[in-house]
Amino acid sequence: MNAIEVKNLTKQFGDLTAVNHISFEVEKGEIFGFLGPNGAGKTTTIRMLTGLLTPDSGDIFIDGVDIRKNTIKAKMKMGVIPEMGNIYVDLTAKQNIIMAGRFYGISKRELDKKADSLLEQFGLYERKNDPVRTFSKGMKQRVNVASAIVPDPEILFLDEPTSGLDVQSQRLIRNIIKEMNQKGTTIFLTTHNIEEANILCERVGIINKGKIVAIDAPERLKRTFDKTQSVEISFHKMIDGSLIEKSGLASRMEKLGDKWKFYTDNPDKLTKYLVRFAEDQDLTIISMNICGASLEDAFVKLTESKDYAD
Amino acid sequence: MQIRDLNSQFFRGVMLVAEKDMRIYYAKAPVLIFGFLFPLFMFLSFYLGREIDFQIFFPGLLAMFFFFTASSVGPLITPWEKQAGTYERLLSFPVNINTVILGDTAAGMIFGIVINLIILIVGLVFLNYNLNIFGILLLSISILLGAFCFSSLGVLLASPSSSSPSQIMMLSGLVRFPLIFISGIFIPLENLQGIGRTAVYFSPITYLVDIFNLSFRGESHIPLIIDFTMLAVFSIIFISLSNRFHKRSLRKGL
Repeated sequence: MNAIEVKNLTKQFGDLTAVNHISFEVEKGEIFGFLGPNGAGKTTTIRMLTGLLTPDSGDIFIDGVDIRKNTIKAKMKMGVIPEMGNIYVDLTAKQNIIMAGRFYGISKRELDKKADSLLEQFGLYERKNDPVRTFSKGMKQRVNVASAIVPDPEILFLDEPTSGLDVQSQRLIRNIIKEMNQKGTTIFLTTHNIEEANILCERVGIINKGKIVAIDAPERLKRTFDKTQSVEISFHKMIDGSLIEKSGLASRMEKLGDKWKFYTDNPDKLTKYLVRFAEDQDLTIISMNICGASLEDAFVKLTESKDYAD
Repeated sequence: MQIRDLNSQFFRGVMLVAEKDMRIYYAKAPVLIFGFLFPLFMFLSFYLGREIDFQIFFPGLLAMFFFFTASSVGPLITPWEKQAGTYERLLSFPVNINTVILGDTAAGMIFGIVINLIILIVGLVFLNYNLNIFGILLLSISILLGAFCFSSLGVLLASPSSSSPSQIMMLSGLVRFPLIFISGIFIPLENLQGIGRTAVYFSPITYLVDIFNLSFRGESHIPLIIDFTMLAVFSIIFISLSNRFHKRSLRKGL
């Protein structure tokens, strides 16, 4: 049995079809990434999967339970970190976690221990009795995540969990996601951060204009777009990138800080050309990398292309 | 999961929502202003400088306080939670929309009962009412039903899809004040005529005032069974409409 099964899910807001007959499955124990540009339908989908929004049509099964018919039963199986779902700032960090756990029927005694252990894990133990209103954004999000995982859910839904957080909080949350998954929790993650999806997810689904345009493992998706390989090079001083582009070996170029990134069908030829160019111009090469197509490239192609978008 | 487990999960959810509301919203300024200070000043402006028999006026005063206190918590909760972003978190827990509606209603109900028990005790101590067992029973049941009815009206007022507490408080004032004036509190039912006399039957407060008058003074203008039935009917209407509006806002987006 799949952890999540979605069949022909559709949601309209007035004339806008936010989610258009999408179907997919997420296996038990999988980390599934759900990607898409702004307004593609990610949040609407996750809200329907977690019972926050009522679909116009289609079916959603959470561990075999139809969420439209048995909302509470399905919700008992999941922990949710909503995109806009803040915690109660008038309550303390510990009160927030305990309140969340009580909704799942966990005893106060057990929750007291669990909350302390989670607060320790999230580096908030010293502040456990402070009202959340005094916390930074990263600290609030840590309480948010702790509140969602306190019942040890079978499925964890995360909507942009690391968006706008500092690096430490991002790493902490990613580690928690991995840890939860190792313990057997299925993870459904929406993110803008393609690299995050690349690192964490076993499969990703890409949604654009309400339709699923691809579902596959990140590496397989990248291989679909193998043509877009690139060479990244940095010299001891900045050069005019158009000098390289003139060679006709690069289809497009991009300036990335102190580096240039040249996209090409033939990285071998372009690399040799760049070495010769450095010798001719008396330039020192600081670094040079041949990069395969990234998940970001695949994502951009899939969400920009008219073939996929419409 | 067995049906019994689901029921206990539902009631646990209702109690937890109510407990959360009590912890967070009872001390919020709009609840204290619209729920306690407002009816107090309204009473003072009516009472001061007039010769009013307080023993006759007290049942109406108590009903007015009940109405304001019990209906003051509900309108604040949902828009406040939508504005703070906690509404989505709350709905992500194992609850459904009825859990939230009944939890919010219970919170308003308890607020109304606690505040008004103090007023009731003060009234009983100073006004020498001779309440018999029937009167006490009547008073107890009507307090529970009245608080539930008024609190569910408060929750209904919060149902429009707004994340601005001030807008909802304004709407709440627009609905609540006219109901006070057509409820037989300031003008006794027997003195009302014409359209005024018809309008009183559209206010749920009328029925509670009538039961309180019967409990305290032994006088009533509406049959008791009608009083209780109407309070129950109003409660069912308010809860059903809340359910419908909340579900509509879930269909339209949070």
